Amino acid sequence: MATTHDIDTDGQDPALEARAVSVFYGDKQAVKEIDLVIPANKVVALIGPSGCGKSTLLRCFNRMNDLVAGARVEGEINFHGTNLYQDDVDPVEVRRRIGMVFQKPNPFPKSIYNNLAFGPKVNGFKGDLDGLVEESLKQAALWDEVHDRLSDSAYALSGGQQQRLCIARTLAVKPEIVLMDEPASALDPIATQRIEELIFELKKQYTIVIVTHNMQQAARISDYTAFLYMGELVEYGPTDLLFTNPSEERTEAYVTGRFG
Amino acid sequence: MGAESGIPHSAPLTFRRVRDLKERVIGWALFSCAALSTLITLGIVGVLVTESFAFFRQVSIVDFLTDRQWTPMFQDPHFGIMPLAAGSFLIAIGAALIALPLGLMTAIFLSEYAGDRLRGVLKPMLEILAGIPTVVYGYFALTFITPLLRVVWPETDVFNALSASIVVGIMIIPTVSSLSEDALRAVPLALRAGAYGLGATKLEVSTKVVVPAALSGIIASFILGISRAIGETMAVTIAAGSLAQLTMNPLESVQTMTAYIVSASLGDTPRGTISYQSLFAVGMTLFIITFMMNILSQWVLARFREEYQ
Ligand SMILES: Nc1ncnc2c1ncn2[C@@H]1O[C@H](COP(=O)(O)OP(=O)(O)O)[C@@H](O)[C@H]1O
Ligand SMILES: [Mg+2]
Repeated sequence: MATTHDIDTDGQDPALEARAVSVFYGDKQAVKEIDLVIPANKVVALIGPSGCGKSTLLRCFNRMNDLVAGARVEGEINFHGTNLYQDDVDPVEVRRRIGMVFQKPNPFPKSIYNNLAFGPKVNGFKGDLDGLVEESLKQAALWDEVHDRLSDSAYALSGGQQQRLCIARTLAVKPEIVLMDEPASALDPIATQRIEELIFELKKQYTIVIVTHNMQQAARISDYTAFLYMGELVEYGPTDLLFTNPSEERTEAYVTGRFG
Repeated sequence: MGAESGIPHSAPLTFRRVRDLKERVIGWALFSCAALSTLITLGIVGVLVTESFAFFRQVSIVDFLTDRQWTPMFQDPHFGIMPLAAGSFLIAIGAALIALPLGLMTAIFLSEYAGDRLRGVLKPMLEILAGIPTVVYGYFALTFITPLLRVVWPETDVFNALSASIVVGIMIIPTVSSLSEDALRAVPLALRAGAYGLGATKLEVSTKVVVPAALSGIIASFILGISRAIGETMAVTIAAGSLAQLTMNPLESVQTMTAYIVSASLGDTPRGTISYQSLFAVGMTLFIITFMMNILSQWVLARFREEYQ
């Protein structure tokens, strides 16, 4: 049974609430009956050894698992009082409101501008697109580096810039929640630091759920941390507590680097 | 280990020279095969060039390119390539109007929409379409499509460009769809995931991300398809007729470059005569056009190669 410490939601409704979420790939169960409350405007880190189900769980939060052949999700995830997995919920709208940044930067082979404009356009945005592009690039701390070459290919950017572009692209759709799957794992330490600073800024406006296998990173940037092991939630609570005084043996072993 | 691989432990080592000799013989045999096909190609081009030279000693290139009549059998023969070239292009354009959209849509369906099972059924069927002898397409046009066209437009000639365009279009759908599908499937899944993650629908992901990302491959498939349409012979000979006239009316009969070559080779054109040589001049023209289109498609592929990350 998982230990879940007090999660302080500041009196607000939680941004997401997972109840008994299980995910199967064929017969194999990759996520096992996980309950998890994601408080609004906080950063929640999912940590655990490789293959423990962090990405799989993350993909449940915006129904990206729908796109994975053979994946099946059970349980509920409540978002503003609606279960995301209810029959009449449109996964396209879910993904617009709950955005995702992937492990490897995946800009489109288009110009920087069009990478940003894609999301708003497919979502029927009718306002000042130039303004939105600028605003999103500024939020992602990329504007100063690219403002004079918006029509260049996104592929001309460095890996770290591409990842910030992908973050900007997600922000341009104005999601409430941003899911990030090891967003810095493919980047060098300097680029990683920039992404971390960015996450710190973003949590003022967004709820962020971030997967990382880097414990120092989790400790630095998150308010809450969930430790997963072999598909199960082992322990979930305030990051400080989890790293300094965990209740579970396995959590302690993992955060002190004794396994994983 | 030695026993498992079939060599007894105590066996003496094979002499290296024996193996070297075997390798060398095989190498030479393979080289000869490659050399033979290259030589044959060169031989064909050589014949085309020499006979065309003989032709152009009697007909100036300017006449060939600007004369608006192609009447090699007349008392007063004219050798203007325009009617034949126009016939070929009329049919190729018609075929392209059919095959490019249908081929691309088929490719999008196969790559983005069809499940593995459905694709497993549809792809072999398309390959069958590509494997039907082109004569069969010709008779299909003549006996099925043309009568239908004549219901709609009674003034349609028995032999007409439209009917030929339609079957050639159907014929080249597999070329376009299979090459386009390869290009679409080469687009990394991460790009699709990125687009879905922004709230795009499947149609938007397919048309606004995957297709643009695969554009060079798609254009190359278009060019190859058109090139096949221009080079197509039997179906157009049967369906479009053999009346070399400069027209853009698809309901009339036209003669393509390929159809002229067929009809002139079937009749007895004595060697050394100008009409015999004209075959090669037309063949040469055809060769240059399709060759250039193939080069163009290679160039498009290389120049606009998508470097995915
Ligand atoms: N598409 C898939 N099909 C089948 N099994 C998968 C798939 N994706 C992940 N898995 C399996 O599910 C488990 C959890 O994977 P994942 O969520 O990627 O772990 P993590 O992100 O923590 O490394 C692993 O055992 C993995 O092999
Ligand atoms: Mg992962």
